[in-house]
Amino acid sequence: MSAPLDIGFDYTRSLGPTLSRFVTGLAQRRILGARGADGRVHVPPPEYDPVTSEPLTELVEVAQTGTVTSWCWQPEPLAGQPLQQPFAWAFVLLDGADTPMLHAVDADDVHTGMRVRVRWAAEGGNGIRDIECFAPETGQTDVEPREADDITMITTPVRLKYMHSASPEESLYLRGLAEGKLLGQRCPACGKVYIPPRGACPTDGVPTEDEIELPDRGIVTTFCIVNVPFLGQRIKPPYVAAYILLDGADIAFLHLVLGCEAEEVRMGMRVEAAWKPRAEWGTTLENIDHFRPTGEPDAPYDSYAGHL
Amino acid sequence: MAKQVAAVLGVGQTHHRSKRLDVTIGGLCREAIDRALDDAQLTFDDIDAVVLGKAPDLFEGVMMPELMLADAIGATGKPLLRVHTAGSVGGSTANVAASLVHSGEHSRVLAVAFEKQSESNAMWALSIGIPFHMPVGAGAGGYFAPHVRSYIRRSGAPTHIGALVAVKDRRNGAKNQYAHLKQADITLESVQASNMLWDPIRYDETCPSSDGACAIVLGDENAAKGRTAAWIHATAMRTEPTTFAGRDQVNPQAGKDAAAALWREAGITDPLSQVDAAEIYVPFSWFEPMWLENLGFTDEGQGWKLTEAGETELGGRLPINPSGGVLSSNPIGASGMLRFGEAAMQVMGRAGEHQVDGARIAVGHAYGGGSQYFSMWVVGAEKP
Amino acid sequence: MSTDVSIVSFAQAPNVRATHGTTNGVEMLVPIMKAALDQVGLSKKDIGFWCSGSSDYLAGRAFSFIAAVDAIGAFPPIHESHVEADAAWALYEAWVKIRTGEVDTALVYGFGKSSAGQLRRVLALQLDPYTVGPLWPDAVSVAGLQARLGLDGGLWTERDMAEVAARSRGANPDAQIHEQVTADELLGRPYFANPLRKHDCAPVTDGAAVVVLARSDKAKDLSDRPTRIACIQHRIESAHLGARDLTTSPSTVAAAKAANADGVTLAELHAPFTHQEILLRQALGLGDEVVVNPSGGPLAGNPMFAAGLARIGEAATRIKPGERALAHATSGPALQQNLVCVLEAD
Repeated sequence: MSAPLDIGFDYTRSLGPTLSRFVTGLAQRRILGARGADGRVHVPPPEYDPVTSEPLTELVEVAQTGTVTSWCWQPEPLAGQPLQQPFAWAFVLLDGADTPMLHAVDADDVHTGMRVRVRWAAEGGNGIRDIECFAPETGQTDVEPREADDITMITTPVRLKYMHSASPEESLYLRGLAEGKLLGQRCPACGKVYIPPRGACPTDGVPTEDEIELPDRGIVTTFCIVNVPFLGQRIKPPYVAAYILLDGADIAFLHLVLGCEAEEVRMGMRVEAAWKPRAEWGTTLENIDHFRPTGEPDAPYDSYAGHL
Repeated sequence: MAKQVAAVLGVGQTHHRSKRLDVTIGGLCREAIDRALDDAQLTFDDIDAVVLGKAPDLFEGVMMPELMLADAIGATGKPLLRVHTAGSVGGSTANVAASLVHSGEHSRVLAVAFEKQSESNAMWALSIGIPFHMPVGAGAGGYFAPHVRSYIRRSGAPTHIGALVAVKDRRNGAKNQYAHLKQADITLESVQASNMLWDPIRYDETCPSSDGACAIVLGDENAAKGRTAAWIHATAMRTEPTTFAGRDQVNPQAGKDAAAALWREAGITDPLSQVDAAEIYVPFSWFEPMWLENLGFTDEGQGWKLTEAGETELGGRLPINPSGGVLSSNPIGASGMLRFGEAAMQVMGRAGEHQVDGARIAVGHAYGGGSQYFSMWVVGAEKP
Repeated sequence: MSTDVSIVSFAQAPNVRATHGTTNGVEMLVPIMKAALDQVGLSKKDIGFWCSGSSDYLAGRAFSFIAAVDAIGAFPPIHESHVEADAAWALYEAWVKIRTGEVDTALVYGFGKSSAGQLRRVLALQLDPYTVGPLWPDAVSVAGLQARLGLDGGLWTERDMAEVAARSRGANPDAQIHEQVTADELLGRPYFANPLRKHDCAPVTDGAAVVVLARSDKAKDLSDRPTRIACIQHRIESAHLGARDLTTSPSTVAAAKAANADGVTLAELHAPFTHQEILLRQALGLGDEVVVNPSGGPLAGNPMFAAGLARIGEAATRIKPGERALAHATSGPALQQNLVCVLEAD
């Protein structure tokens, strides 16, 4: 079984002294490079010298025009790239620099040696993306610098898409849940019943086999009461996150306990599943909305002490 | 062949803060590295190899950041390794660096570990929902709180022990110029009044999220000649799976095995008496008594008594976390190396206001993942 | 006086375009760990040190390598470490560990399920996050820029590149890609990212590899034909793409020199692009007498984070008595970091 896994964050990156000047320069529509220990002017300016590692602080302004020293065609741009129609990646050696920078060139006839000029983005303050791309040089005049406040931080969104796959053993368990069953499997080596079943028993390194249907009742081994809200949280606090050891299982799993005050939850408390309405079921443990106390006497400590 | 002897020649760290907005990731590492090289009276030219450690790349959104950091950390043109063993990584990184010297491969190695957590958000990074997994977990605190409850039940420890540790570590942090949290005025009452975050763990018993870095310069016998050094007497690392049927989450076997191997190599038979100071990885205050037991300083179930008696204070029988520990500064990837580095600073007599008088043998300890990765070392003022 | 270390077994999962398994590699690793141990009659308790290489970014989850440890059955607890890099560097760490005298044997593993994400785009995150990464230059495009530098500079031609591809695709019937094709036929195929054609780029591969190491004096008891590691060296270049010399791989040259890589007649090169194989041959001074990538190399199957380790394993498997071989691994954009492992067979 597979499902999409999208991860994304807008990373906030503080720039430090050297890159702040570079990024502020871009917002001003100026391009700054750094003179390295060997005298080469590098654009963008490295914070630390590429040969000696010493901090580079001498920044020099370079031109808005330059020469393509290499290129590679991007026929179908990927998400986030500088242009969304076909373009060329290029090393561009700006006039006044000694080493090239990497960026995009918007031209069908891009070639090594081509003269190009910066095309500035409409909005500034986005670091290297203040340069929208390079375009063929046709003898225009330079864009005049403009005012911009010092910039010390940029935001760089990262969005990645993955397809996450469950193991065959986990898939079996998930399909069981869709039918209201709690399926475990036994490890052929150690004989322990795992729920969810595993592609490799953690102590023996072999897949679990022998399907076992477990009852939807058991005990709380240990738990905590979550009070803290956090980014990405899906259940509203306060809630009890508890390890539930089903009768017949040899390992507990995390779930919610509701149906009593949080303070009333105890280690060893006997609980049973409170399922969502059947119509809401899917291939997920969330078919069980929560576990609730059954009212039976607590399990003796010694019966679950080995599961803590 | 015999293991070559290795020593710490210098330790450096950053001023740890919730957000170091004044530096890039490279700048953060460099601040620690420059201080370590200075402490060791060496330059990049003297360094043969660099080992970098940090926790998940997702925290800063840079894949394999050692690649883009090569120039910042002085690795260009040199061998560079990148270690990742979850939260214990700072310690593992130091151990890997030590191996490079122990094997005779290099004479002087720079180890550096960092985290710039403020580029994203720690709880988000630790709680990213995975398909088919029910999102009950609530970050690291939510993961460990149930096991803290188990410890309290098992040991019968009184419920104020966690708060005692928090008070001690934050007051120690106030003596450490680099610590993120410096709370000289914290009291037992104020800790116990702070919000319960993941019952039984309170806000003031919880580590901060910090930006920071630590760097250590290691050298062989020749490199250490004529200098103050912290000699490495023993190193150990052990791993066990995160979950398995019957796993002891409170007193993990991997920690016990690592400690046993450590004491054996160091020739220590009575850790409580023979160790002068210990920097151990306590991100939630209750881990102090738990690790005291796991490491073998006390018998199982007795660790809290040492804490309650004040013996883990700076002036006590076994000062634990004189630097303020993880409770005072927690740049996750660096925290383990900070423990190792602070232990070295103790036996070098360079711990300033939080120096344990006459410390000759000190322990650095780190753990990671679901209490499943353990790395530790013993350092001494004398050659082993 | 140093301890010699030998490779005593090697096993790899079938290199495929996509597995149905998980991103933590367990399904790929369980059978090959068993195979590698069975080859030498060892069980997990005989292994002194375990070390792995992988990347969270292939899986899209933090700590993805932790679940892989389940494949080992790590209880009683094990002495284990992990690098967030190709497992060739994990092998380096294990080689060093044995040479400290702390352990006699090590098992090294690497794995990657590249099919789970968009690999070429994810690799853009290896670039400087301030001034390059935000443009999302994917790995193919960066390699293409490097390829054209060599084309413009007369260091190689598109035909040279096609010949590398034709040879690699035809080399190994067991590889993911096995195709009998000529350079002419390949040159007739369209560009994928001019100057690169599809066959100039390694395929996307899910895979895993395992190598078992042992102290050389013990290796003879475990294997009929252990391969001794004569030396391993690795170096990294600047992160600043523009400041690097992208066509001569100075870090590979430096590593090979330090490893004393002369006199090899077999080489497994971790070159995921055809021009990079040519570049590395030139940098290492490998003449026509050297057999390069008889396994097909990464161009025939490129399991990320295992491919470099697989080069070492392949070289160790194919080396003939009395021969010297070189295995190379790379990491980072356009060959930024390189490892050279020199092997000898008695």
